[in-house]
Amino acid sequence: MSSALTETSRPGLSPHTRMKNDAARGGWVLLAPERVLMLDAIAAEILALCDGTAEIGAIADELARRHAAPREEVLDDIIEMLQGLRDKGLVTA
Amino acid sequence: MNAPTNPVGPPLALLAELTHRCPLGCPYCSNPLTLDRVRDELDTATWLRVIDEAASLGVLQIHFSGGEPLVRRDLATLIGHARKVGLYTNLITSAVLLDAPRLESLKAAGLEHVQISFQDTDPANADRIALYEGGHEKKLAAARMVRAAGLALTINAVMHRQNLAHLPEMIALALDLGAGRLEVAHVQYYGWALANRQSLIPPREEVRAAVQAVAEARERLKGQLVIDHVVPDYYARRPKACMGGWAQQFLNIAPSGLVLPCHAAQGIPGLRFDSVKERSLGEIWTHSEAFTRFRGTSWMPEPCRSCDRREIDFGGCRCQAMALTGDAGATDPACELSPHHARLFETASAESAAVPREFTYRRYAKTPREEELPAEELPV
Repeated sequence: MSSALTETSRPGLSPHTRMKNDAARGGWVLLAPERVLMLDAIAAEILALCDGTAEIGAIADELARRHAAPREEVLDDIIEMLQGLRDKGLVTA
Repeated sequence: MNAPTNPVGPPLALLAELTHRCPLGCPYCSNPLTLDRVRDELDTATWLRVIDEAASLGVLQIHFSGGEPLVRRDLATLIGHARKVGLYTNLITSAVLLDAPRLESLKAAGLEHVQISFQDTDPANADRIALYEGGHEKKLAAARMVRAAGLALTINAVMHRQNLAHLPEMIALALDLGAGRLEVAHVQYYGWALANRQSLIPPREEVRAAVQAVAEARERLKGQLVIDHVVPDYYARRPKACMGGWAQQFLNIAPSGLVLPCHAAQGIPGLRFDSVKERSLGEIWTHSEAFTRFRGTSWMPEPCRSCDRREIDFGGCRCQAMALTGDAGATDPACELSPHHARLFETASAESAAVPREFTYRRYAKTPREEELPAEELPV
């Protein structure tokens, strides 16, 4: 059963889901069973940090630092994006 | 060389129909009525070249399909090559020929995802529909093998009036088998399915109930099972965005090497298809008449041409327009703006209430069954 993601969740790509740098279109894509998701730069950056061990809080710390952005806003954005991908079966946590 | 009239980006997916040979006889098979013979099938070298061309062109996913792709002895070679050039690899199979050593070889080659078709949850009815005794049991075993091997599994449930009542059981089966994805694929009426429409098309209220059941299951199983739902659009108000638009995202290569914008496109008379034996995939994608004919919006008649949904549903399905109006360039009659729409609705209502006929099962025309499926091609 799917529950809500929190700061201590440890997200990773679902098995059989992988990221690919797509030369033909110029950008990252997420490949899953009979699904292709075009990722914008931010989504790709978030997913690259989702290794199944890092907590969402730590990912938020890192991205807030990189972009000199308010951590709470970054955290909300990350959780919203990952929750959507998790509901679609593309991310586990 | 003729310039493309509608510029297009790279295709997303390639459906590689390796063969039309298949041990099953499903009366809604998506293969054309005239099936390619084994002697017409592309050889391994040509497929390897086509896979290279597809990857260079920007294709991201390859679906190995048929017919039954497992009858091809070079399947693992092709899968391995597709992985090597970075494609996401799907196997679309009936699975009745799948055994553990074969699955192991496909997995070793790099296969990522297996889609297995189910005809029903009731074994006797499933085997009757597939015209293959014991098939359902073999599919169950194969699905479990796929999960035990650690591969992703999709259950493709082809639904129609002779099994739609079992939709809840089908959802439960997909969960039980450990599938990550379920396709509730209502039969679409082209080719074989069109010939069997009276026996297959469900009444409107059953379609509505199915839509509700899927919506409820999606909510309940969020994060656990992805459910895709393809409804029969005879009862719809607006048509489906068939293939995401003609020649926008998708390529289909028939066993003989003809490249089609969709698997049913050969049902459109007068459309000229190119073969990978003669032109590169990239050239065909950009220039082949079959692709440019209905690409974009400039081919559209009214009411599509000025419709604000013209780039949402792309005028619906060209093959359905052909099958139901005799004109592939007409608005899909599934659209309520089509002058044929009312007749479509009446046809569906009347046929779904009529007594089903005997199935016209999928088969090769006028040849003995031995010739359809050479014994040496079947794993024993």
